[in-house]
Amino acid sequence: MSETTSVLDWTAGAEGIAYQSCPACSNVWYFRRSFCPLCGSAPPDDRQASGLGGVHAVTLVARAPSDELRSYAPYLIVLIDADEGFRLMAHGNPSLKIGDRVRAGFTMLAGKLIPSFEKVEA
Amino acid sequence: MSYLSGVGLTSFGKHPGRTTLDLMSAAAETALADAHLERRDVDGLLCGYSTTFPHLMLSTVFVEHFGLQPTYAHSVQVGGATGFAMAMLAHHLVYSGAARNVLVVAGENRLTGQTRDAAVQTLAQVGHPAYEVPLGATIPAYYALVASRYMHEHGTSEADLAELAVLMRRHAITHPGAQFHEPITVDQVLASKPIASPLKLLDCCPVSDGGAAFVVSREPTNDFRVRILGTGQAHTHQHVSAAPSLTEFGAKASVERAREAAGIALSDVRYAAIYDSFTITLTILLEEIGLAPRGEAGRRARDGYFNRDGRLPLNTHGGLLSYGHCGCGGAMAHLVETHHQMTGRAAARQVKDASLALLHGDGGVLSSHVSLVLGTP
Repeated sequence: MSETTSVLDWTAGAEGIAYQSCPACSNVWYFRRSFCPLCGSAPPDDRQASGLGGVHAVTLVARAPSDELRSYAPYLIVLIDADEGFRLMAHGNPSLKIGDRVRAGFTMLAGKLIPSFEKVEA
Repeated sequence: MSYLSGVGLTSFGKHPGRTTLDLMSAAAETALADAHLERRDVDGLLCGYSTTFPHLMLSTVFVEHFGLQPTYAHSVQVGGATGFAMAMLAHHLVYSGAARNVLVVAGENRLTGQTRDAAVQTLAQVGHPAYEVPLGATIPAYYALVASRYMHEHGTSEADLAELAVLMRRHAITHPGAQFHEPITVDQVLASKPIASPLKLLDCCPVSDGGAAFVVSREPTNDFRVRILGTGQAHTHQHVSAAPSLTEFGAKASVERAREAAGIALSDVRYAAIYDSFTITLTILLEEIGLAPRGEAGRRARDGYFNRDGRLPLNTHGGLLSYGHCGCGGAMAHLVETHHQMTGRAAARQVKDASLALLHGDGGVLSSHVSLVLGTP
């Protein structure tokens, strides 16, 4: 699709959350690939997520995996159910709870751009 | 038909100066002696992997090092489910006639062979390299995400989880090879150092050095008559972000397949060996398999249901949580203990009746599931 170049993707360093959908079966998913993992059709559409969703799971990480990340701990990792129908892992405000309505922002973690969610009123 | 003809297990904990191959060799030596077999009797070899000795061809390295000449050999990698996956494969290999005696071996100096950070970082790589690992996620964090959702839906409390850590420690105290022998209480688990909420240090299995091995044979090789009656697997996802659900995994489907192959009902099971990398892992597996109602695993542990003399003895060696976890050998210790129980060799830990056992392991983040049913005729 010609959309490819216009979709912003934080894993590529741009402030945006990209996802994919299948024109054949309407499946939507998060991890980028060149075909639909449900029906096999190719190519999928690249789409830009609104950044809105709900908190599905949370954990406050106290034990960071490296010296580089130790200064950020504790940090909240969340699984977000995006409004578009896919799930993603991100950081979040430490006050977030399961079920909260959230909106994505972006922050730097150890030199890399990552999504970080804040609560919004439902 | 296949027989679990011999088992070998080292103590878990610190083995300073011993390498992956040393620990594999020690366990293999014990398993062969237990099976009344010599090296020349081994025509099949299955190995796991070692994070401290990442080799492209670990099985052939071991063939050369230990002195074997098998007609079939390779490694298997499905994380924590590897040991039981190798048991399943060995069962099918001898059943099909491809081999007569399959040696299955794993070992790793995971504790003393690297720094703690290296172990944490290596294991975190089961996460997605682009979408998860850059967030500073760790294995405890992946399981903690699952825990938060599971507890939200089923009302499980942190004290319920702690009951399983206390149970595993109680069992480990009676096994001389276990990494930990000091009793712990629910309050101590709750007060232990935060790792990734809701998981604290004592909700997490330790990192250990150790080795484990067993032999699967087409015909009995000694007086033991422990048979692999049924096996099953299920694989639903790799990454927790892509898991179809955080409250329903592949455990039930995997156990159903093993149970149907064995022709038994869940209520026939007399001994359980269930993967326990974290207290939440054990909770979810027990409840999904149906060995405890949803939300009740902790209460059953507290009430003695899973004790050595309880209704369904569970991980009587102390499990990963307290016997220890050296990688592929971790769950294989569950299998070794099951064999000791089924052959009446569990000493002070001996249960009254272990004639039919259910074993279940998972790899990744409840991603890969393997189940075994073992029986004595």
